Amino acid sequence: MSQPVPVLNPAVPDPPATLAVDVAGLRKEFRRKAPRGATGPRRRKVDALAGVTFAMTRGETVAILGQNGSGKSTLVRVLSTLLLPDGGSAAVFGHDVRRDARAVRRLVNRVSVEASFFKKMSAVENLSYAARFYGMPPRRTRERIPRILEGVSFPVARRGEPMENLSRGMQQKVALARALLTAPVLLLLDEPTTGLDPRSKLEVQEFIREIRDTHDATILLCTHDLAEAEALADRVGIIDRGLLLQLEPPARLKAGYGVESLEQAFFAATGRVLADDTEDGNDGNDDERDVFA
Amino acid sequence: MMTGLRAELIGVAGVLERNLYLTKRYFWWEVAFFVWTVANTLTIVFIAKGIEAGGGTIDVNRVTTSLLIGAVIWAYLGIVFEFLTETVAWERWEGTIEYTFMAPLSRAAHLAGSAAHAVLYGLVRAVLLFAVVALFFDLSMPRADFVTALVVVLVASASFAGIGMMTAVLPLISPEKGAQLGFVVQGMMLVVSGVYYPVDVLPEWMRWISTISPATYALSGSRDAILDGAGLGSMGSELLALAVIGLVSLPIGLALFAAGERYAKRHGKLKRSG
Repeated sequence: MSQPVPVLNPAVPDPPATLAVDVAGLRKEFRRKAPRGATGPRRRKVDALAGVTFAMTRGETVAILGQNGSGKSTLVRVLSTLLLPDGGSAAVFGHDVRRDARAVRRLVNRVSVEASFFKKMSAVENLSYAARFYGMPPRRTRERIPRILEGVSFPVARRGEPMENLSRGMQQKVALARALLTAPVLLLLDEPTTGLDPRSKLEVQEFIREIRDTHDATILLCTHDLAEAEALADRVGIIDRGLLLQLEPPARLKAGYGVESLEQAFFAATGRVLADDTEDGNDGNDDERDVFA
Repeated sequence: MMTGLRAELIGVAGVLERNLYLTKRYFWWEVAFFVWTVANTLTIVFIAKGIEAGGGTIDVNRVTTSLLIGAVIWAYLGIVFEFLTETVAWERWEGTIEYTFMAPLSRAAHLAGSAAHAVLYGLVRAVLLFAVVALFFDLSMPRADFVTALVVVLVASASFAGIGMMTAVLPLISPEKGAQLGFVVQGMMLVVSGVYYPVDVLPEWMRWISTISPATYALSGSRDAILDGAGLGSMGSELLALAVIGLVSLPIGLALFAAGERYAKRHGKLKRSG
């Protein structure tokens, strides 16, 4: 990674006492069609979040470990105002995600497992229009976009190429740049390195480390990757079937279960292996997983 | 307050900017689509000559021009509807919908940007279509008042945008079938609004529906202006009807979209692509 990208959001509430994230008894359920030929009701209730409670302080990095369908992405979507919770509360820097959604949106950005872009448009074009949605005028984007792309080591020569010509690793760097461009104070990273080749994965992780160390950002990282969680997070949470079972610093988490690795701690907490995604508690139903995985 | 308004206007410009990039990137698609529209319009406009060749006695110049106006307004309406419906459908296809919906831009500004692009793009396409198809016929329009026709279409555009917002919500609540349902609404307007025939020929119940369709007034106003040279001064009833329908349909469109967005966020429909 070349140079740090200065990102400071002037809209951040000042009082340090305000929690960056304050989640209490958060619930979200989905009703899904039963598989063809199944007995019982045609629709069944699935708890994606079954009363999640936790808090994050400003500047903290928290990693949430969980299998597919465990509720990680539902949590991220609720915090980014893309899903309405069914119960409990969630607030970002004191702003309730339901009642004060627009204020939350000004403070939050997200990088998901799919680097979603208009594929025919270039990196610069995608970043440029996205910044407008956050009220950033052309004068500012002309100056910031090249610096941010440089910050994520995106090659200058490829800035005008359609996104569809770029590798997944390159696209994910642009996704990180898009998230940082709006100077979020809460950065939601939903499996940002899943599916990347080892080199791209390391580059993205290095950049996350840099954001953590040099920017005024609180980071919630949802991941399958135990090493990534341990390396980047101040605290690690284990989520399973919509329940947050643990949230502790990695060393304390391992010590609590008397084990040597996070993998063992995850197994001890859930009775399952993190890498085994077929046992995700949702009967392998892709439709359900598609919604809240 | 001013800062908020400025941010909203920048957001509206962002929608226009993005769609301009897409038009540029999909340029050959645009060319192919335009050629198809020209061919489709020609098949309709040649009907007047066909009637004459079959022994019918009609004013070929007038009927040809009338059919051309109908086809062009219809193509324009289709573009406005299509772009507004694509506000959701296209973003769902590209996978960007969640990023757009989690941005702090108000939905009204977001939809206003989509509507502004649809109207600008649709007008350019409509003018080009009219000019290109007219070249195939030796049309005489000595009394045509194109400025009045343009004003009528612009005023009608607010109503089209309002109804387009109503159809744009359909892909939000039904990812699989929503866009197709938008075409159903568009088709119903085609039938009742007198695109290729006077509304007088419709059954009474369809005539009643035609009175609440903005396309009816856009078509009659444009035809009066281009065929008979009617000026703005004589367009009072059309412009009033269009203004009323616009004033009613825009807030209803926004409210329906907001309700659809809440439904999608409650049921996890934003993510699914299809």
